Amino acid sequence: MLEVREVATFYGAIQALHGVDLDVAAGEIVTLIGANGAGKSTLLMTICGSPRARTGSIRLEGQDITHLPTHEIVLRGVAQVPEGRRIFPRMSVYENLQMGAIVADPAHFQKDIERVFEMFPRLAERREQRGGTLSGGEQQMLAIGRALMSRPRLLLLDEPSLGLAPLIVRQIFEAIGRIAREEKVTIFLVEQNAYHALRLADRGYVLVNGRVRLSGTGRELLANPEIRSAYLEGGHE
Amino acid sequence: MGPRLQHYLKDAGLTALVAAGLAFFIVGFRTYDIGKGLTFDYQFVDLGIAVVAIFFGRLGLSLAADGHDWPALVLGAALGAVGASPIKLPSTFLHWFVGLAGLLVVLRTIWPWANRGLAAARHSPRGVPVGQAIAKWLGAGLLAVAVVMPMTPLADQKTMDLAVLILTYVMLGWGLNIVVGLAGLLDLGYVAFYAVGAYSYALLSTQFGMSFWSVLPLAGMMAASFGLLLGFPVLRLRGDYLAIVTLGFGEIIRLVLLNWVDLSNGPAGIGSIPGPTLFGAVFAETAPEGSQTFAEMMGIPFSGNQRLIFLYYIILALALVTNFFTQRIRRLPVGRAWEALREDETACKALGINPTNTKLTAFAVGAMFAGFAGSFFAAKQRFISPESFTFIESAIILAIVVLGGMGSQIGVVLAAVLLIGLPEWFRDLGAYRMVAFGLAMVLIMVFRPRGLIAHREPSVRLHPARRAPVHRKGLA
Repeated sequence: MLEVREVATFYGAIQALHGVDLDVAAGEIVTLIGANGAGKSTLLMTICGSPRARTGSIRLEGQDITHLPTHEIVLRGVAQVPEGRRIFPRMSVYENLQMGAIVADPAHFQKDIERVFEMFPRLAERREQRGGTLSGGEQQMLAIGRALMSRPRLLLLDEPSLGLAPLIVRQIFEAIGRIAREEKVTIFLVEQNAYHALRLADRGYVLVNGRVRLSGTGRELLANPEIRSAYLEGGHE
Repeated sequence: MGPRLQHYLKDAGLTALVAAGLAFFIVGFRTYDIGKGLTFDYQFVDLGIAVVAIFFGRLGLSLAADGHDWPALVLGAALGAVGASPIKLPSTFLHWFVGLAGLLVVLRTIWPWANRGLAAARHSPRGVPVGQAIAKWLGAGLLAVAVVMPMTPLADQKTMDLAVLILTYVMLGWGLNIVVGLAGLLDLGYVAFYAVGAYSYALLSTQFGMSFWSVLPLAGMMAASFGLLLGFPVLRLRGDYLAIVTLGFGEIIRLVLLNWVDLSNGPAGIGSIPGPTLFGAVFAETAPEGSQTFAEMMGIPFSGNQRLIFLYYIILALALVTNFFTQRIRRLPVGRAWEALREDETACKALGINPTNTKLTAFAVGAMFAGFAGSFFAAKQRFISPESFTFIESAIILAIVVLGGMGSQIGVVLAAVLLIGLPEWFRDLGAYRMVAFGLAMVLIMVFRPRGLIAHREPSVRLHPARRAPVHRKGLA
């Protein structure tokens, strides 16, 4: 589905990614964990074409997308739940979801929006409310719902658990699992919450200072003592 | 309130002292030109009255701020009465000054009451926010007034002239609202497109004899292509930087018109532009060879007002087209993309929206309406020169949009009436009318910082009773 090869990304003179290799197969949930500033979000944004990778290549379903602008990558079936949710605060929930479907075939809009409301009943209750007045968890649900409205084959999520209460975090991760199982959407998840992410994911990568340090199945990584001490101990549950 | 009273008096006294110090040289002396030099005169009575008014005004304000409503109201009313009374103060300005000070105190006192009342009334029993309902009825009412107005005895030449002027600005405000209000692109050079439209009509009609109605779409297209021309280089810019470049663009157009004498006749402008016709009939006392006047066509006596009423209906129709177009396009993907772009450009890209094209269409569409308005302006004035298209015009149009509440259509109307209408009505104030104008703007920005109508109407209205598929599924 997604092949990232030797990708190096720079912010001006500062190198954020040092030759990252990563694969996501169709139907998988793959997670990328790492500390603050390790380059997780940079990698996700590089996949979306902003910033561009200076060297290396990114292929989506066999086609090179390294040099495409963001909106064209989205047209090829990639949806993004950006960091910080970035919903449209002055628009209603319904309008936000409409925005998600802006590049999709309008024929299945009604069906898709009902699917989203079924997955997140809270959004159905608040469909006329302005996005900015939702709670953090509801905003995250809206961001995910909005991304699904474009009928993506690959869904990229950037720290969906950021700043949310533990109970809500669990709901969000359950929803991500359902999306993968029921909607057959491939998922690439960037997370700091290593425990939840690794439990959910089929495979995981650990990014340290812009390089992939470790990779393996979710279970292997959860059991790995290095991971335990660096990302899990004293942290979650 | 005993010891507090002393405090209030002290505070008011201090304020009056500061005011007296500041105004001593500015108000206290007045210079006269006596031919071979300047001499000056004393105006200490004026100064004294103003300082006393400031003392009581300040006293009233601090009383109102601490909830002593009744004493504050009495003070405000007393000041207002002095201002409005026939007691002879040294100047009309002082009458206004004292009167407005009283008004300010009264307003400050009843402001919390009004606020409490509004908060209580904000939701009517059916749960429809009252503001929305009011806006809807206000719109319908204003439209009815606008359509009927020329047929009433109110419609003398002065009123019609002003009405046409206001409607022109309403249309420009609605056009700029697309760029600034919906797409969130701060455009300080909007008048450039207005100028392009005006010169398109002026040149095509005087040089090639084309009629108003055939030039109108061409002028719109010309302006739209200038919108694209401006759009291309500024796409990467945001916020302040965008504003600076658009400002420059507006000036460039004006300077080109000023200096390219072969095309535009430079500062001398273009005159004898033909007015719009109705089915070939002209609005003049005598028709040129081969056509007839409107009065002849209808078999009624000629009156100068007919032309104004006709112009009025043209600009009303053009403005309504602008409004209708905006309302429709907000529901289409491109219109929704504009609004989304204003909210969050990054999120837009993540949803597959091409920000370049979206911004370009906003610029082009906004410019097109300015082009229409411009050719109307040329047809109405019969004479245009670069002087009509200075930066202050852009600033006024932008002020209309911002004061109205970005993106609010009815707000633009209210703001246009306020900004264009009030200075005309206040002509009696003479030199002070711009002060009154500035004061009105400051007050609006203090009390309604997001514009007169800050509410954003959703582009889709869902009626839970009729459309609630998800809930029903659960029940069935």
